Amino acid sequence: MSEIQIQDIIKKENFVYGKTKILTDNVMHYCPGCSHGVTHKLVAEVIEELDIQEKTIGVSPVGCSVLAYNYIDIDWQQAAHGRAPALATATKRLMPDHYVFTYQGDGDLASIGAAEILHACNRGENITVIFVNNAIYGMTGGQMAPTTLIGMPTATSPYGRQAALHGYPLKITELIAQLPGVAYVTRQSVHTPAAVRKAKKAIKKGFENQARKIGTSFIEIVSTCSSGWKISPVESNRWMEEHMFKFYPLGDLKDAEKDNEEDYRKFIE
Amino acid sequence: MGELKLMKGNEAIAEAAIHCGCDGYFGYPITPQSEIMETLMVEKPWETTGMVVLQAESEVASINMLYGGAACGKKVMTSSSSPGISLMLEGISYLAGAELPCLLVNVVRGGPGLGTIQPSQADYYQTTKGGGHGDYQLIALAPASVQEMYDFVDLGFELAFKYRNPAIILSDGVIGQMMEKVIVSDVKPRWTDAEIQKISGSWATTGKTKDRARHIATSLDLEAEKQEIHNHKLQAKYREIENKEVRFEEFQTKDAEYLLVAYGSSARICQKAVEICRSKGIKAGLLRPITVWPYPTKRVAELAHQVKGMLSVEMSAGQMVTDVRLAVSGKVPVSHFGRYGGVIPSPGEVVVALEKFINGGN
Amino acid sequence: MTEEIIIAGFGGQGVLSMGKILAYSGVMQNQEVSWMPSYGPEMRGGTANVTVIVSDERISSPIIHEFDTAIILNQQSLDKFEKTVKPGGLLLFDPNGITHPPKRNDIKVYVIEGAEEAARMGNPKTFNMIIMGAFLKLKPVIKTENVEKGLKKSLPERHHKLIPMNLDAVRVGMEKVKEFQV
Repeated sequence: MSEIQIQDIIKKENFVYGKTKILTDNVMHYCPGCSHGVTHKLVAEVIEELDIQEKTIGVSPVGCSVLAYNYIDIDWQQAAHGRAPALATATKRLMPDHYVFTYQGDGDLASIGAAEILHACNRGENITVIFVNNAIYGMTGGQMAPTTLIGMPTATSPYGRQAALHGYPLKITELIAQLPGVAYVTRQSVHTPAAVRKAKKAIKKGFENQARKIGTSFIEIVSTCSSGWKISPVESNRWMEEHMFKFYPLGDLKDAEKDNEEDYRKFIE
Repeated sequence: MGELKLMKGNEAIAEAAIHCGCDGYFGYPITPQSEIMETLMVEKPWETTGMVVLQAESEVASINMLYGGAACGKKVMTSSSSPGISLMLEGISYLAGAELPCLLVNVVRGGPGLGTIQPSQADYYQTTKGGGHGDYQLIALAPASVQEMYDFVDLGFELAFKYRNPAIILSDGVIGQMMEKVIVSDVKPRWTDAEIQKISGSWATTGKTKDRARHIATSLDLEAEKQEIHNHKLQAKYREIENKEVRFEEFQTKDAEYLLVAYGSSARICQKAVEICRSKGIKAGLLRPITVWPYPTKRVAELAHQVKGMLSVEMSAGQMVTDVRLAVSGKVPVSHFGRYGGVIPSPGEVVVALEKFINGGN
Repeated sequence: MTEEIIIAGFGGQGVLSMGKILAYSGVMQNQEVSWMPSYGPEMRGGTANVTVIVSDERISSPIIHEFDTAIILNQQSLDKFEKTVKPGGLLLFDPNGITHPPKRNDIKVYVIEGAEEAARMGNPKTFNMIIMGAFLKLKPVIKTENVEKGLKKSLPERHHKLIPMNLDAVRVGMEKVKEFQV
């Protein structure tokens, strides 16, 4: 009996998974255990599956994902801190047949860019928003974010976030879901294979909604930041499930298709 | 020749935008320039030329909408007045850093702070010396008539795309609010993506096709050495603009013994002051910078060999006078006369100031 | 010929639009014009004024502090602008609400009872055209046919049916203006 050679295994019929060619070969700068890598991959896979590489413009934020343009092989605009929805607004209005998405963290979207995201969503811009919420400022070294949980220690809330001193964590996604311009709001995570599959479905739906011109699609990805949280990647996942999901429960917050949003919008018009 | 119309400076900006094939206007209301967006909303150009007009939630959003639109290679513009421009400065620095062409309009009002809604020219430093962070320059055109408000929209876009750099129309409440005759040009069609590529190269984020690498509109380079190289490139571009794009106008300078230097509405007041001076036997002349950056430094330096002194007249406490002094480099006395905080000087006041300057006052 | 005019009164009296019609009429007879309003807080209920210059030559400064003619429609404006009329110049005013009439004797002073005449015509909106008629009688810088053209240009088309009434008002102003003894 001859030994099995590696070439015998790597065959087309045995192929079960491959990296989408929409992801570049650049080595990602993200820390081990970070949710950005998986989320990038999902966005790239959706772009490939929908065959919209030539029509997609990404807007990257300021924060850890500022360099997203190094990893996803599409045209990109790098925005000033918090302003990605303003860039996306103009881009989509000037090129309405293109697919436009912003990719933003919690500091970028919910703090400095709160006005821009609220108004873009309220205008019902036909864009997709990918909102990565890890409850901390990763890039600047672990400072408190608007979404930091009560009691959670960060570099600028070293004794844990206290409402009296720092204010409350902001459920921006719940706020966004109230706006009539928004078609689809969901909260997902990417910490298990099942969660990854669900998150991908949500992102895909968010992009597909652009073709249907029904308003903004907003997808929150509740994420880990083991460097900022100062625990291991495995512990981070556990901590996220125990604490983050309690305050930021996963699932759809709004789906215009299902919720008869059209009727509501007609009513307010 | 186009149609002759009587219109306000602000209305002229809006009409010119539509006529020159502008793709998008994004703005936020502020006195004394709100007629620009109001006129656009009345004209509804999205039904005719396809131009997008959007009232943004703030000046911060407006300027970042410009960044998005400019990154797509589109002819996009905004307008505001002083406090609003202050809010935009971060975005302006990003646009300059990312080398994105666009047009800004500042209908200047009195400051600092909330100041007043009356005319002023106290944003000269903000416009020509940075304002935002980093080493950058804006191509700055200073109209002195409603016709120039109209013409400089097209010219501003032309220069912005030629150099891939933001251009700004530095106007003020006088020029924005006054009405004069304007010859309106025929409507130019908006550029196609292919035409934009032909004019300024392939860089816009219009969707990555198979035959090219992805386009990224960014001002970021975390490696200092690479950022320095990018800065060298910017500086080389600025030197080229300084060599090629200086514009100015002269009035009665040929035999002038004393020179008034003024831009925008102050130049109009000074023109009258020169007429009064001449009737009194004072050989006064006027140099009007049309581009306040790049500044007509060479011409000012030449005139320093001819005249006995220069008086910079501005509706500010004395900002442009520093550029006059730099150009003159001590050859002849240079002084400043201004009213500010929203007050407009009369031609008579300018004459009195010049007489005082000639007689050895300051 | 250069005519430098200040028109001043209350907001709502049609000060700015009278200036605009004057300027447009100037355009219609191929003259250079400028129209520079005071703008800002005084627009909202307080005083309003506009500087109009009509000239055969290119206009240098649209901002001037001395005028050939001051058209004055309330007391505050009289107090502010009587002194800005050039010696030998013209001051035209409506006596309605004027408690301290003009005093200068180095200028020509004329009066037009615009508010009263407008009431007599049954339309207070003709007020500013009556005033303009009075001015054009004293300083015929604009021909009447060009006033009609100016009205056509400056009024939106839906208001063109009002033009004959406005021209009647101009004629009334021309008839009723009279010299005022200081």
